[in-house]
Amino acid sequence: MATVTLEKLVKRYGNLEVVHGIDLAIRDREFIALVGPSGCGKSTTLRMIAGLEDVSAGTIRIGGDIVNDLPPRSRNISMVFQSYALYPHMTVAENMGFSLKIAKRPADEIERRVAEAAAILHLEPLLHRRPSQLSGGQRQRVAMGRAIVRHPEVFLFDEPLSNLDAKLRGEMRTEIKKLHAKVQSTVVYVTHDQVEAMTLADRIVIMRDGHIEQVGTPDEVFSRPATRFVASFIGSPPMNLVDGVIDAGFVVFANGDRLPVPEAFRGSVTAGEKVVFGLRPDDLYPTGHGLHSGEATAVHETALRVAITEPLGNETLVFLEFAGREWVSRMLNPRPLVIGEPVRASFDLARAHLFSAETGRAIQRKGV
Amino acid sequence: MRKLRVSAPVLLLMPAILVIAAVVVVPLILSFYSSFTSFRLTKPETLFVFIGLRNYVTVLSDPVFWTAFGRTVLLLTIALNVEMLLGLGLAMMVDRATRGQRMLRTMMMFPMMFSPILVGFQFKFLFNDNVGLVNNALQSLGLTDQAIPWLIEGDLAFFAILVAEVWSSTSVFAILILAGLLAMPREPIEAARVDGCTPWQTFRYVTWPFVMPFAYIAMTIRSLDVARAYDIVKIMTDGGPARRTELIWTLVGRIAYSDARMGLANAMAYFSILLSILFTVYFYRKLAAARTQIAAEW
Repeated sequence: MATVTLEKLVKRYGNLEVVHGIDLAIRDREFIALVGPSGCGKSTTLRMIAGLEDVSAGTIRIGGDIVNDLPPRSRNISMVFQSYALYPHMTVAENMGFSLKIAKRPADEIERRVAEAAAILHLEPLLHRRPSQLSGGQRQRVAMGRAIVRHPEVFLFDEPLSNLDAKLRGEMRTEIKKLHAKVQSTVVYVTHDQVEAMTLADRIVIMRDGHIEQVGTPDEVFSRPATRFVASFIGSPPMNLVDGVIDAGFVVFANGDRLPVPEAFRGSVTAGEKVVFGLRPDDLYPTGHGLHSGEATAVHETALRVAITEPLGNETLVFLEFAGREWVSRMLNPRPLVIGEPVRASFDLARAHLFSAETGRAIQRKGV
Repeated sequence: MRKLRVSAPVLLLMPAILVIAAVVVVPLILSFYSSFTSFRLTKPETLFVFIGLRNYVTVLSDPVFWTAFGRTVLLLTIALNVEMLLGLGLAMMVDRATRGQRMLRTMMMFPMMFSPILVGFQFKFLFNDNVGLVNNALQSLGLTDQAIPWLIEGDLAFFAILVAEVWSSTSVFAILILAGLLAMPREPIEAARVDGCTPWQTFRYVTWPFVMPFAYIAMTIRSLDVARAYDIVKIMTDGGPARRTELIWTLVGRIAYSDARMGLANAMAYFSILLSILFTVYFYRKLAAARTQIAAEW
């Protein structure tokens, strides 16, 4: 059993509070990703769980026991660092077996467990090399090997893939996913890369400025973002978010352009209320070129002009002029478009989002 | 007719070559040559009395020389070890300092800013049996009611010299080791803590291997320094009492200038340089090994 529970967790450096009393319950064997922009407190939170930073207030429990004042070595955790943090003077095998040596395990057991971990991570041919003789990807695998030989209850990953190039990052992402399936430990994974979070995690914790904005499965945070920040942070290209005012069943934008208030929000908004209208690029498309065009639900069509296009081969990102700014739309099965060309654009209002301009929180939908 | 033509680079380097020849090469050859003569400063003509290896035989069969040689090695061994331990401790404390680290680093270097002669005078005063601060303090604290003859009794005098030497040069170790600590990445230390290390184990298995090359550099520098120790001893005890603190170079100086037996002194000096060369080679080997070990990029 290795649940990790954070209760009213606070971190202060002098007078500067960087984590403002967060609560989070991580289940046994769950893969949790902490994401957010740099400086949001995600790494600090992870380091507090690891015991590398003192807790200013609140409690951390691992497997039910309060670990606030335990040193890292007594928490039964292991951690993978962004910079790998291998011991430069030890071979790969020594690096991986170091924690067991410190724990005074017998030599044959160390050898066996290192060999097991090496087999999982395909490190056998490298066991007698030193870290300086390895590539970045190999070093990262050694760092993970060092973490798994201990059979910890909780794995902590601190941006483990940030120092790798894009191709290797993709490969290692898959490796981490396989690794989790094999070792079945609780994982807390910090990243600023939403793709890593979406692909790896069972649940994602989105943090900003030392607060948790939303906790949810990848699907939940993508399709039901709880705040305007989450909406803008998750998804690529990001959601179109435009300020407007409710007026007689319409969202009216600054330049007078308007869209009908989506069905699901009628009754939840009042005239004169300031809102932020959000629509993902997938849900705004040149008519006939959309993801959901076959099952049109509440499509609002209007004529717009193409500002610029970014062809990606299988699809084209089309920037359309509307409400005094450019809206990103995704065009599937693209055909060539010219800048300035008028197109019919479909707004899939059933998938639109409304946030309160004041609080930034999502406005309740009917029947949810 | 062919004129001797000197190429431009040689011509341009000629002034430097001449100066180096005059101040280094010629004296070196001359002193080496004189170590095979019975040269006495008072009898210049003896410079041309070639006596083969007799000076070397005299030196190597002289118990006084071997005592001084042994004492130098002893001083070197103790001083280097003590300085390294103290330097390491100092460096680790300064490394921990969260504020005023820059000032502490500067303060740490103060002893190096004084001339060894002045350090010698200072410690001669501190350890003076009548008016010295050390005896004064010991007596005021009631630890003793006697005037301890620090610079007069042989072992105590050796101790006093050791203290002066350590005081003036611990900062060499402290500064180099601190440089190592500051250059060290933090993550391996944190990884060690997560891996289950106690603070002592973290130091033993992670910090120390990283800092070791820096300690070896300091060792090399200081072994050369101590092996040629002269000034502090000259001032504090002048090798006395009754040669109880005689080191190689105070002995060489005495034979060369007081006894005026320059030929013999040179033989002694050339033999002693071997000691320094051996230490240097040893520490360089260690340094090279330690560097490969941590895969240093410098």
